[in-house]
Amino acid sequence: MPDAALAPAPAQTPLPFVRIQGVTKNFGTFKAVDDVSFDIQKGEIFSLLGGSGCGKTTLLRMLAGFEEPTAGTVWIDGQDMTSVPAYDRPVHMMFQSYALFPHMTVEKNIGYGLKHEPMTKAQRADRVREMLDLVQLTPFAARKPHQISGGQRQRVALARALARAPKLLLLDEPLAALDKKLREHTQFELMNIQDRTGITFVVVTHDQEEAMTLSSRLAVMDKGRIMQIGTSTEIYEYPKKKFVASFIGSINSFDGTVSQITGPEALIDIPDLGSPMRATAIAGLAPGQPVTLAVRPEKLSIGRDRPEGANVIRGQVEGVAYFGKDSLYRVRLPGGRVLSVSAVNARRAGEHDRVADWDDEVWLAFAPSSAILLTE
Amino acid sequence: MTARLSDWFNKRGWAALIIWLPYIWLVVFFLIPFVIVLGMSFATRTSTAPPFGFGGEDPILNLESYQRLFSDTLYIRAYLTSVGNAVVATVFCLLIGYPMALGLTRVSSTWRTILLMLVILPFWTSFLLRVYAWMGLMGTNSWFNRLLTDIWNALTPEAWEIAHVTMMNTNFAVVLVMVYSYLPFMILPLYANLERLDPALDEAAMDLGSRPLRVFWDVTLPQSIPGIIAGGMLVFIPACGELIIPSLVGDASSPMIGRVISDEFTSSRDWPMASAVAVALLVLLVVPLMVYSYFESRANAVKATKGAP
Ligand SMILES: Nc1ncnc2c1ncn2[C@@H]1O[C@H](COP(=O)(O)OP(=O)(O)OP(=O)(O)O)[C@@H](O)[C@H]1O
Ligand SMILES: [Mg+2]
Repeated sequence: MPDAALAPAPAQTPLPFVRIQGVTKNFGTFKAVDDVSFDIQKGEIFSLLGGSGCGKTTLLRMLAGFEEPTAGTVWIDGQDMTSVPAYDRPVHMMFQSYALFPHMTVEKNIGYGLKHEPMTKAQRADRVREMLDLVQLTPFAARKPHQISGGQRQRVALARALARAPKLLLLDEPLAALDKKLREHTQFELMNIQDRTGITFVVVTHDQEEAMTLSSRLAVMDKGRIMQIGTSTEIYEYPKKKFVASFIGSINSFDGTVSQITGPEALIDIPDLGSPMRATAIAGLAPGQPVTLAVRPEKLSIGRDRPEGANVIRGQVEGVAYFGKDSLYRVRLPGGRVLSVSAVNARRAGEHDRVADWDDEVWLAFAPSSAILLTE
Repeated sequence: MTARLSDWFNKRGWAALIIWLPYIWLVVFFLIPFVIVLGMSFATRTSTAPPFGFGGEDPILNLESYQRLFSDTLYIRAYLTSVGNAVVATVFCLLIGYPMALGLTRVSSTWRTILLMLVILPFWTSFLLRVYAWMGLMGTNSWFNRLLTDIWNALTPEAWEIAHVTMMNTNFAVVLVMVYSYLPFMILPLYANLERLDPALDEAAMDLGSRPLRVFWDVTLPQSIPGIIAGGMLVFIPACGELIIPSLVGDASSPMIGRVISDEFTSSRDWPMASAVAVALLVLLVVPLMVYSYFESRANAVKATKGAP
């Protein structure tokens, strides 16, 4: 059965640029990557997102050719890569540890791959200069890797991987070692470079914000399996699995049962909330079915007065965390559950006249279309 | 008093002891003996016991031993033989030891333990016993010698037929046994060096288009130079001064320098001459080393400053 989520995004070529089909990797009896299939289009920035040890690096190494799949096939640019060794693949990788050659200067590191290109010495030097320029490392060309900073090393690694103009660039946690500012800056640089070069990027990360900012599409992995593939919006707003919903961002979720389906909406009985809640129905829902209803903190409204409409919940503020542009409220329901509610601080207010304060009785509400229903 | 002493020890004494222990060791077991030998080399041979003396009719500083060092070709030939044999032995140790050390880093950890044990195992039997074993193997009537003879005779024309292979009492035998004996001293530092290298670097080079042999040449080999130098020193220096192996299997007509020193001390009872030969050997070995490390550190310093913008 073709899963809509795993199908290629906009299919153009007969074979997509990268196709991973039924790929499994076992280490002994341990399944590091378990029957993974998906496609990547040319020019995409595709992110692999998941917790530590979920198989991201292993999957990437199979694309690069360092690890042979136990089962399954990888196609790159229409070619079956199964028996192609790493040195013959049009794929370059930027390593999690950068893996710069410690005995070579920055310049030599960047130019290393060019030795295998049919170029004259002058052309090679030009290309290295161009790369140095791109990552703004020209003044450091003659230094050894141990004589430059971590962020500079990371840029050398990027330049080295880009120098031969690969068709596919694999980046394993490219920004993990950088501080927040440099990281944001480099994210833009990466997107910029991708834009200019048109190279397809596959980026591994366990930073969800990074994945959402960078990528055109992303895959969420857990225990070696793909949980969901989609654009940032799809993954965040329309998660298909409980794991995805809770892994990306934070979420309030309640177990309940479907009591009634009326048109596009379903009525869900939720013991924790007392009254039934309305939510936009999903396909294949039947009355009596157990279901999880999930609402993101920013989709809940909070106020002292009871709002009109459906899905109203009463509670008491148990804690407020002030972040400047928004605040996070922890609201305890009469049943004992505590919900997170995030509200933008749209109006300037002192500590005592904000939307809600400690121990205040408040009303929460959410639109039926903002509720996520999850069955698995 | 004892309280103050232990107080001092607790405050600074232990640190000082640990820092100074190697120096004390060097002074007691290297510097003082060396100064004695150096002094002896300027003495005059006498028939007293010990058989050397200063002053008297002879000058305090007698340079005669050093003059003989340069005038008698025996000594120069002995140095050349020693250095020649040591160089050949070092090169062969490297050629044999490098692949073994590299192999050790590439096998599973259980195999690695077993193979490392096998590298060290020969040390558990007496060194002399192992040399005698080689003497037995190389002797004209051994199965080993007969096997080599038969192979030679089978492969070459009849005119070249030989009765046995002459191995004993040749420089070949000296080099062979030295390579065998010193191989672990090459393998172990090389292994320690190669094992530290990051396998991701090999992968990076391969990822950038280099085939395995190229990866070795570009990435592994340059990074293992410190290991090669360490192993080379550990083999070359003792091989230069080797006494037992050339005495037992070597060619008596072209002795190595260790043999010469030993003979001067014992059979000729010429301690000043023996000391002069020993001092010259030390200079021959240590001076190139010091020059090398001086240039190495200067080159590094130059590179570091040149790299700065
Ligand atoms: N060579 C190996 N032998 C045995 N197990 C391995 C090997 N390489 C990886 N694994 C296991 O496979 C699983 C996936 O590893 P992988 O490196 O792909 O994780 P990851 O998703 O990249 O994690 P991280 O975010 O921490 O880098 C881990 O549980 C790891 O222990
Ligand atoms: Mg990883």
